Amino acid sequence: MKYLDEFRDGKAARKLSLEIKSVTSKPWQIMEICGGQTHSILKYSIEELLPEEITLIHGPGCPVCVTPLELIDKAIAIAQKDDVIFASFGDMLRVPGSMHDLLSVKAKGGNVKMVYSPLDAVKLAENNPDNKVVFFGVGFETTAPANAMSVIEAKRRGLKNYSILCSHVLVPPAIDALLSFRNNNIQGFLAAGHVCTVMGYEEYFPIAEKYKVPIVVTGFEPIDILQGVLLTVKQLEEGKSEVQNQYSRVVTEEGNTAAQKLLEEVFERRDRKWRGIGSIPLSGFKLKNEDSDFDAEKIFKVENIETEESPLCIAGEVLQGIKKPIECPAFGKECTPEHPLGAPMVSTEGACAAYFHYGKIKKELIRN
Amino acid sequence: MKNENKIDFSTNLSCPIPKNDYEHVLLAHGGGGTLSHQLINKLFFSQFDNEFLNEQHDSAIFNVDKSRLAFTTDSYVVQPIFFPGGNIGELAVNGTVNDLTVSGAKPVYISVGFIIEEGLLIEDLWKIVLSMKDAARKSGVKIVTGDTKVVDKGKGDKIFINTSGIGVIKHGINISPKRCVPGDKIILSGRIADHGIAVMSAREGLEFETAIVSDTASLNELFECIEIFGDKIHAMRDPTRGGLASSLNEIAEIANVGMLIEEDKIPISDEVKGACEILGLDPLYIANEGKMVAIVDNEIAEDVLNEWRKTDLGKEAEIIGEVSPESPGTVVMKTTIGSKRIVDMISGEQLPRIC
Repeated sequence: MKYLDEFRDGKAARKLSLEIKSVTSKPWQIMEICGGQTHSILKYSIEELLPEEITLIHGPGCPVCVTPLELIDKAIAIAQKDDVIFASFGDMLRVPGSMHDLLSVKAKGGNVKMVYSPLDAVKLAENNPDNKVVFFGVGFETTAPANAMSVIEAKRRGLKNYSILCSHVLVPPAIDALLSFRNNNIQGFLAAGHVCTVMGYEEYFPIAEKYKVPIVVTGFEPIDILQGVLLTVKQLEEGKSEVQNQYSRVVTEEGNTAAQKLLEEVFERRDRKWRGIGSIPLSGFKLKNEDSDFDAEKIFKVENIETEESPLCIAGEVLQGIKKPIECPAFGKECTPEHPLGAPMVSTEGACAAYFHYGKIKKELIRN
Repeated sequence: MKNENKIDFSTNLSCPIPKNDYEHVLLAHGGGGTLSHQLINKLFFSQFDNEFLNEQHDSAIFNVDKSRLAFTTDSYVVQPIFFPGGNIGELAVNGTVNDLTVSGAKPVYISVGFIIEEGLLIEDLWKIVLSMKDAARKSGVKIVTGDTKVVDKGKGDKIFINTSGIGVIKHGINISPKRCVPGDKIILSGRIADHGIAVMSAREGLEFETAIVSDTASLNELFECIEIFGDKIHAMRDPTRGGLASSLNEIAEIANVGMLIEEDKIPISDEVKGACEILGLDPLYIANEGKMVAIVDNEIAEDVLNEWRKTDLGKEAEIIGEVSPESPGTVVMKTTIGSKRIVDMISGEQLPRIC
């Protein structure tokens, strides 16, 4: 299939693998920011094709994983209300809150619907004027424009029964925060291709400059990731710290300016709590004050819900790249995809779930 | 005085309820993955326990006088009831016919139970009945008994259908997942995931235009053309709910063998690949309704492949891998880039990813 098969090609992969081996002279630690990349890395066992010196650290770029627990609890509190239709992307439904998840709310009779686009939630609001429709607006810069569009559409159609529970997070402030931690051991980044499709990559120049790390905008197919690693390693070996674009078939430096305009119209930047990392300055979006009629947190008065994390879960360290999922004592025991303790075990993009599904193969078998 | 701690055994609850992670049944308990298996094992197998059920076969197999019979049942709740390439009626006939077929039986008689929601259009019911008649004729089975119930509006979803079926197993046929041994070849009759994607494309909230139609079909021709190989056919499955990955995992677990499959060899149409990419789904876990997987002695693998390729249903058949002695109970896939990874049992329903 065009634009897919050639980026999953065995021959090309082996060639890149050899090239990476030939340029690598010492150990390097590279973080892939995006959960989609983590998913590909595990799904295609890409680490098998890398020399032992290279360690990939799985970053915090899974929107399901970094959404704070209290926001899930807020979602559950809203979804339980009689007149509410709660619409969400599929993988948020199974994320455990402090007591249960949205699927359990559905099983008990709550009106929880899985949608593929926030615009479908707007349609739901239009077709169900007696209900309040709430869309769970989570995600990075990738999903934010569609959510912004849903608010604009709801306004245009004069809908008074549509709102979003908004928890958008932004990648560049998170990279900055990770690099500012004293014990971080990240030497290079694969930046998230789809985030850059929307936002461009101008924001990364000051970060690369400030922390002296190479940042390579990278796609999601195995060949993309291998190329991204190759470019990063070459820079590291040459002592460079530049921003490069591997994913040039999709990403431009300025990004999608129409989408950026939508974001500016509806959202403003604010500090955001990241699950497992803590609060990062100006790392998220909230609705502008003039649009607070669409803010579910305000409408349903759930702003004050606060929650504690499970003490067993080391999601924070996993998301910061300090520990691998298999180093967690609860991994595969108390914590499984059927019964996740922390969010990285829920989404297929979450580092723990990816390890659980694809990673439990024995090392010897892989090497054969 | 009220004694709140006293357990009431008067309702004949003589066994304690097995411990479960969930207080309520979730949709995922019916998804064909780990949660389904937990529910079935903990609540049903533990209580209904007997030698036929414990085989965990698609059908129960037993002798009556000198005949070996296969007996199976299945319920159909697909939504929407009409989807590209078929409807719930033919699915209900084909599904039970296929469960008998992959047990090595020639399907003969089936029963039908309708649970109809008040308000269903008679014209729709008529269309369903006609397609069931047609499916039964094509499969060579007779619908010999049935039942009809109507429930209040809102208490069902238009129509649910249960079918049970009986088939006769010929002498010399011995199909059981337990017979799979290292060296056996895994053969798949054609492209996967068409049914699941076709149904999804017609579902409310997810209308996308596609040429993909359900592959619903009765599989008897695929078995009839290889019957001559007798007990060299070790196991067969129709990878429905849970997809190819779940079927292979079930066999690997029951037979305690490993399975090594090759991603490059698994036929998938470009349309299905594209839809899966957009929706963030893995085609290995998506339902089929007209595909068969056979695990056969290495000696006859090429012959089975050739026989299948002569048929309509099997013209795109491929040998997709083999049974291996390594990592018993596990399915491993060689990826397109040459690495290997585990193909796990799905835990619940596949949830489409955010981005």
